[in-house]
Amino acid sequence: MMNLPLSITKTISDWVYSIMPESAATVTIWVLIAAAYLALFAVAGLYLVLLERKVAAWFQLRLGPNRVGPGGLFQTMADALKLVSKELTSTIKVDKFLFNLAPYFVIVSALISISVLPFSRHFQAFDINIGVFFLLAVSSIGVIGILLGGWASNNKFALIGAMRSGLQTISYELSVGLSILTMVLLTGSLQLSEIIEVQRTGGWLIVQGHIPAIIAFMIFMIAGTAETNRAPFDLVEAESELGAGFHTEYSGMKFAYFFLAEFINMFIIASIAVVLFFGGWLSPFGITDNIAWFPESIWFLIKVLIIIFLMMWFRWTFPRLRVDQLLTLEWKYLLPINLVNIVIMAIVIWLNWTI
Amino acid sequence: MSYFSDIYHGIKTLFKGMSVTGGYFIRARKGSITQQYPDNRDTLKMFDRFRGEVVMPHDENNEHHCTGCQKCEIACPNGTIEIVWDRQVDPATGKKKKMIDKHIYHLSMCTMCGLCIEACPTDAIVWAQNYENSVYDRSALTKVLNQPGSKVKAGIED
Ligand code: SF4
Ligand code: SF4
Repeated sequence: MMNLPLSITKTISDWVYSIMPESAATVTIWVLIAAAYLALFAVAGLYLVLLERKVAAWFQLRLGPNRVGPGGLFQTMADALKLVSKELTSTIKVDKFLFNLAPYFVIVSALISISVLPFSRHFQAFDINIGVFFLLAVSSIGVIGILLGGWASNNKFALIGAMRSGLQTISYELSVGLSILTMVLLTGSLQLSEIIEVQRTGGWLIVQGHIPAIIAFMIFMIAGTAETNRAPFDLVEAESELGAGFHTEYSGMKFAYFFLAEFINMFIIASIAVVLFFGGWLSPFGITDNIAWFPESIWFLIKVLIIIFLMMWFRWTFPRLRVDQLLTLEWKYLLPINLVNIVIMAIVIWLNWTI
Repeated sequence: MSYFSDIYHGIKTLFKGMSVTGGYFIRARKGSITQQYPDNRDTLKMFDRFRGEVVMPHDENNEHHCTGCQKCEIACPNGTIEIVWDRQVDPATGKKKKMIDKHIYHLSMCTMCGLCIEACPTDAIVWAQNYENSVYDRSALTKVLNQPGSKVKAGIED
């Protein structure tokens, strides 16, 4: 089954291999793929920001950006241009090297995670057999960037924000990992493409695993929202307490990297949820399975957007937690429920109660 | 056992909150509370209790209700109102009486507290609904509320 995007990339790669020696061609292909992913996610990030602003406005009975371009479509483009053209300022006391390094930690870790996401059968840059583990490992590097940024700013609000981010990530990484583990019990594989293959025959995992899968999904959504530092878990930024938290001192493009990384991280969490619970790029009930030209990534994107919408809904509904409430929620509720849930899932699989 | 009821209660209230905002989300396109301000200037109507600035209404004969009693001037905590008055012969009765020459109102000093309007015994001054009060020269904010040539309406003082 040939996909339209695949045939284009195949033509390009054939052409590149025909005009230069093999090793150079391989490097060129790598660079092209990297550039394509970067461009894709710059645009995706920008439009997620716009979507967030529109959705936020509608949740608050407002209109949202509607001046730049038709219906405000170019608003975030204009914002990005403004941010690019801004001066990069810093205070005298910052640790220059770490201060400049921190945004790249955040954005690079977000971009690396993207490489393993299966957008469709053929649209996956890097299909390793420990995909889920790799995602978890890489996506938690981002918090180092946040910690560095807060520390190097030499500003008490930034430091408090960064420390909160550390404690939040350490706590909630556990829940994300355990809820993913619950689903891995069901699939028996860590490779993302294989996890999707399992769902082709047996139905989406949230159906296959019924009650424990639904509990795992809820825990994953809560912990995933906390991982991305979004409200109601945005203690890291907490405008009303900390100014802007860890990125108080950042300006211009460096601030934009943090901002963009938040949205790409949201995309990644939503993608993991889609792959693990909702069948990745598989169409519901296989309705487009026999249409050869149909781009399967459409299904993936639709599902991801629905999950992202859910996260935005959380953000604009729930009030921010206090630090002690945050820890109570994780250590007293999510973690024990999660551990029990794994056991239930194991029993369900053992007794063959899966659907 | 309150552990499990806490979880149940927590999830229930979260869904309740989400249903409220979800309703907003669906209604937002129609019932949006945003005013498209410069575009809807012609149709925009301010609400009744809006305090734009203090004005003195005049009727068709260029008559107002201000007797020059200066109660508003005394009531104002900021010294926003200055009343210039003198004694003139009333053409109707031939007696001398107090009349305002100028009722001066400094919009730039007014905090819109409304004490002057409450103090006025004859309801000579009221709130206007205008809100586009920015000017290029602050002297434009000093206004004379009684129109030139106006006089007090007969019978108000009684
Ligand atoms: S509204 Fe208050 S501040 Fe303004 S003129 Fe009247 S008394 Fe003075
Ligand atoms: S506006 Fe009212 S309170 Fe002020 S001087 Fe005139 S009558 Fe008296």
